[in-house]
Amino acid sequence: MGLDSANGFPTKAFGNDTALILHNFSHLIKIKAGKKTVYKNHFLEQLQSGKIFASDGAMGTELQKRGMPVGVCPEEFNVTHPEIVQAIYKDYYDAGSDLVETNTFGANRSRLALHGFEDRVREFCMKAVELARAVRPAGKFIAGSMGPTGDLIDPLGPRTVQETYDIFSEQAEALAEGGADVLFVETMMAAEEAEIAVRAAKEKTKLPVAATMTFELGKAGLRTMWGVDVKTAVSRLTDAGADIIGSNCGRGFDDMIAIVREMRPLTLKPIIAQSNAGIPDWVDGISVYKETPEIIEPKAKELLNLGVNILGGCCGTGPGHIRKMRQLVDIMQRESDSISQ
Amino acid sequence: MEELLKEMSQAVIDGNKEKCEELTRKLLELGLAPKQILDRGLVPGMDVVGVRFRDNIIFVPEVLISARAMKASLAILEPLLTQAKIKEAGIVVIGTVKGDIHDIGKNIVAMMLKGAGFKVIDLGIDTRVEKFLDAIKREKADIVGMSALLTTTMGYMKVVIDKIKEEKLSVKTMVGGAPISQSFAEKVGADRYAKNATEAVERAKELIGIVSTENNELNN
Repeated sequence: MGLDSANGFPTKAFGNDTALILHNFSHLIKIKAGKKTVYKNHFLEQLQSGKIFASDGAMGTELQKRGMPVGVCPEEFNVTHPEIVQAIYKDYYDAGSDLVETNTFGANRSRLALHGFEDRVREFCMKAVELARAVRPAGKFIAGSMGPTGDLIDPLGPRTVQETYDIFSEQAEALAEGGADVLFVETMMAAEEAEIAVRAAKEKTKLPVAATMTFELGKAGLRTMWGVDVKTAVSRLTDAGADIIGSNCGRGFDDMIAIVREMRPLTLKPIIAQSNAGIPDWVDGISVYKETPEIIEPKAKELLNLGVNILGGCCGTGPGHIRKMRQLVDIMQRESDSISQ
Repeated sequence: MEELLKEMSQAVIDGNKEKCEELTRKLLELGLAPKQILDRGLVPGMDVVGVRFRDNIIFVPEVLISARAMKASLAILEPLLTQAKIKEAGIVVIGTVKGDIHDIGKNIVAMMLKGAGFKVIDLGIDTRVEKFLDAIKREKADIVGMSALLTTTMGYMKVVIDKIKEEKLSVKTMVGGAPISQSFAEKVGADRYAKNATEAVERAKELIGIVSTENNELNN
């Protein structure tokens, strides 16, 4: 009996004497099953039982605000500036995030190779989760972030399907080993790459997997740069095995409302929405996003009314946005609880 | 001949690489000048691709397949064009800025510019300011194009533009990429912003003083 090494959380029944080793797993649900107590990762169960989550906001733009120079490898900061990464996690938890995403968006072999760090996937991923674990409040979660590889997959480019699968597997396994509760495959534009990432995450770990794609509203409606529409995204991500689906990044909260409006009737799965705070402007040497916490408040409310299950932000959103969302989620939760009672 | 050129444009639109190569050879054998094949076969095809891309009728994968077909034909034509000392419309140095590895948009812009008769020097991804400056000076570039997909790398455009200004180079600057906007472009001091590859060609023509008259019916 012990920890499932691939996942970093116990999945089997434990006797009382093993409870001691669970001090790091305050987020795990405790279920009395006869004489034995079963500990389970209950992220998905909570979602499915109707709990609405507030996620975190951006990592990249927060790192920049806190001094990360342009052009460096953001994931290397997990090792070189752990205090900065950890402070961002903590600020989000303090602002009311039920989960924070690890600073591992580009921590896959293909992207790290740009900086000569292709052999440090495991190190950067594990460190990112470790930093979050140290500041995670009881009952809160850690989501392992997995962004695109940036490669074109055969036949459009040189990268094979198998290589892509292996790249995502390596990252997913490292995040799970570090102790992530859920994996977020995010900012996907090609359906095929999203499917491969979801499949790798599902097959190589036991964690629930969320998958989000980035849509833009154009003449053909909502599409990714690869031309994937919302309906196709929902069906292909679902078929690939995603437990939670949704959208992130993009051009702002108005687009996100349109996306969720289209997506909600198409699926029974929990929906996650993490919008950018608009398109950045440039003021005094830093990118500034127009959609402030005050501006997004009614829009975030609208997203919750439309049936979003995990509400958060992407580029340009910070702890201030999350504080607003936390309040809105709490109000929404109270309302929906009183209805169901 | 006209018929074959039309077929060639269609092969570019369809992304039929083999057909493109075959038609290029055939037209050369028939004695058509390489510049004519480029201007009357490839360019009209890429124009249609550009407009369809701009209008969300086709998306990145289709454009990549068309670009590949065009590239195959250009591989045959380019040495001949150089031999014939055909003067290009202008010289563009292009690259994805430091820290950013996303080159799909940049590659599409490069292809469209080539299709419009520009000489394009592609510096690839993760391009540092020194590399931009070296290429601008070496090639005597008219325009430098910079691309970024990430909000964490877009700021590097200003680093390059500032350096260009500091060294008082006459090269014009263009920026583009998903997080880029007209307002951002103005703030960092870029000469032009292009929303997509079709616009990039139009802006580039503006910058070197070519008024686009061809295919106006397509662009409107």
